[in-house]
Amino acid sequence: MTLKNKDLEQIAYLARININKKSFPSLKKELESILELVAKMDSVNTESVVPMSHPLDISQPLRKDEVTEKDDRKNLQKNAPLKKAGLFMVPKVIDEDA
Amino acid sequence: MSNWEAVIGLEVHVQLATKSKIFSGASTLFGSPPNTQACNIDLGMPGVLPVLNKEVLKMAIKFGLAINASINSPTQFARKNYFYPDLPKGYQISQLDSPIVEGGFLQIEIGGEKPKKIGITRAHLEEDAGKSLHEEFENHSGIDLNRAGTPLLEIVSEPELNTSEEAVSYLKKIHSIIRHLEISDGNMAEGSMRCDANVSVRKKGSDELGTRTETKNVNSFRFVEKAINHEIKRQIKILESGEKITQETRLYDSQLDETRSMRSKEFANDYRYFPEPDLLPVVLDKKFIESVKSEMPELSEEKKNRLITEYKLSDYDADVLSVDPNLSKYFEEVVTNSSNPKLAANWVMGDLSAFLNKDNLSILDTRVDATNLGTLLARIEDSTISGKIAKEVFEEMWLSEKGPDQIIEEKGLKQVTDSTEIEKVIDQVFEENPTQLQQYKSGKEKLFGFFVGQVMKVSRGKANPEQVNKLLKKRLEE
Repeated sequence: MTLKNKDLEQIAYLARININKKSFPSLKKELESILELVAKMDSVNTESVVPMSHPLDISQPLRKDEVTEKDDRKNLQKNAPLKKAGLFMVPKVIDEDA
Repeated sequence: MSNWEAVIGLEVHVQLATKSKIFSGASTLFGSPPNTQACNIDLGMPGVLPVLNKEVLKMAIKFGLAINASINSPTQFARKNYFYPDLPKGYQISQLDSPIVEGGFLQIEIGGEKPKKIGITRAHLEEDAGKSLHEEFENHSGIDLNRAGTPLLEIVSEPELNTSEEAVSYLKKIHSIIRHLEISDGNMAEGSMRCDANVSVRKKGSDELGTRTETKNVNSFRFVEKAINHEIKRQIKILESGEKITQETRLYDSQLDETRSMRSKEFANDYRYFPEPDLLPVVLDKKFIESVKSEMPELSEEKKNRLITEYKLSDYDADVLSVDPNLSKYFEEVVTNSSNPKLAANWVMGDLSAFLNKDNLSILDTRVDATNLGTLLARIEDSTISGKIAKEVFEEMWLSEKGPDQIIEEKGLKQVTDSTEIEKVIDQVFEENPTQLQQYKSGKEKLFGFFVGQVMKVSRGKANPEQVNKLLKKRLEE
């Protein structure tokens, strides 16, 4: 399994990680070894294996439909670098693909 | 247009009407001050754990049963990863494999044509994102996370709709179902029901699908129709000029009545779904599904059929009354107080609806309640008042919110059934109209209607019309 620089750039973009081009070769190597490990599974016959989406074999506990949380805005906005009229303020976002 | 055919699939997001959020105990109330209903789970604080709201499951199951779908067990949640400031966790908890509802259908009817079956691929649960406010601030956007974590049911249709009319009919059907089930208020203006339309066109008779575009967030039935029509026309024009359709997401601008490109497939998000490790697969045992089934209210189609058999209503009347669960409930309450269902249907669909429309009120805010309207109709049936006087009483009931009996009493509107009283009026009318009387007696029998009208006028509509007819006939033949 070989990755192209373009693949790496795409993965970094999706994860919003800034990667220095200098580290591309070593990163590629690491990622390729992970992908190789995963690829091994393709060679195993898994026809009779039920796909597992969670390691625990119990059902999700449920809660009643009740309002249990009170307004805690003041506390929860303590770490926000900028707020205005109760809103969290962030640098202007317009859908960048527009 | 003639040799082209449109293929339309709809994705409808429905906000479920729970008290608390899908994974937290924060309130879902609409319109509260920003961020007062966003708790640490909705904010994606480190170390928090989502716990699924049982009511959300019940609502989704009700919808699934209503569209004859399978309910998947176990059903499972997945993370849909993307970055946007109104999505604090960096992923939306949604469903990909094993959505709760899979493979159903509903039927749409357009103008007396035979019903068309529309497949529903799936309906899955997910959490809503917050809201970004871009307009009010320079260089910044304001984020309100009150809506974050509100439960959504996303209903995905098969691409089996061929016109905007069919699409609207399908949407209205979904709207009716969710309101009958009381799982959502379906308020499109407030965003409780939102619609994305996937549209492509192809040559008629072709089996292949054309390249499609997705038009996002259309927020009224009328705009859905207009947006789809616009998109169909745009695509046909492009194809006829020999060019190709770009697969892309488009936004409908209701003011300009046009769609425009938002993002093309090239930049399309790659959501990298994976099973949500914070939530276990949900096992829905038969007993639970059965108990939800037993709580299911009557749906519009069942209701329509029952109204026809139980009250002998016409197909049309039953259809109009069964669309809105609150209207049919009102109608049935009227009938318990009157006993003439056809009359009740006429009044609910006629006078009452006209007054509601005039004051722009919904049936829930009616100024004449079902008991009072029922009593009014009972007064027509027991001949206390005529149908014509009833309209006058109704208007007064609407304005004053008094009961019908009180108004009839206060205004002295009780119908005159005493024949000597009516005879007196007839005497007066004959006296005042000697010429007409002469003409009638010399053979101009068409004047009979004139006399009836005069008697009713003099009695201010209170004389019993049947008796007036009988007595007049007798007197004129003397």
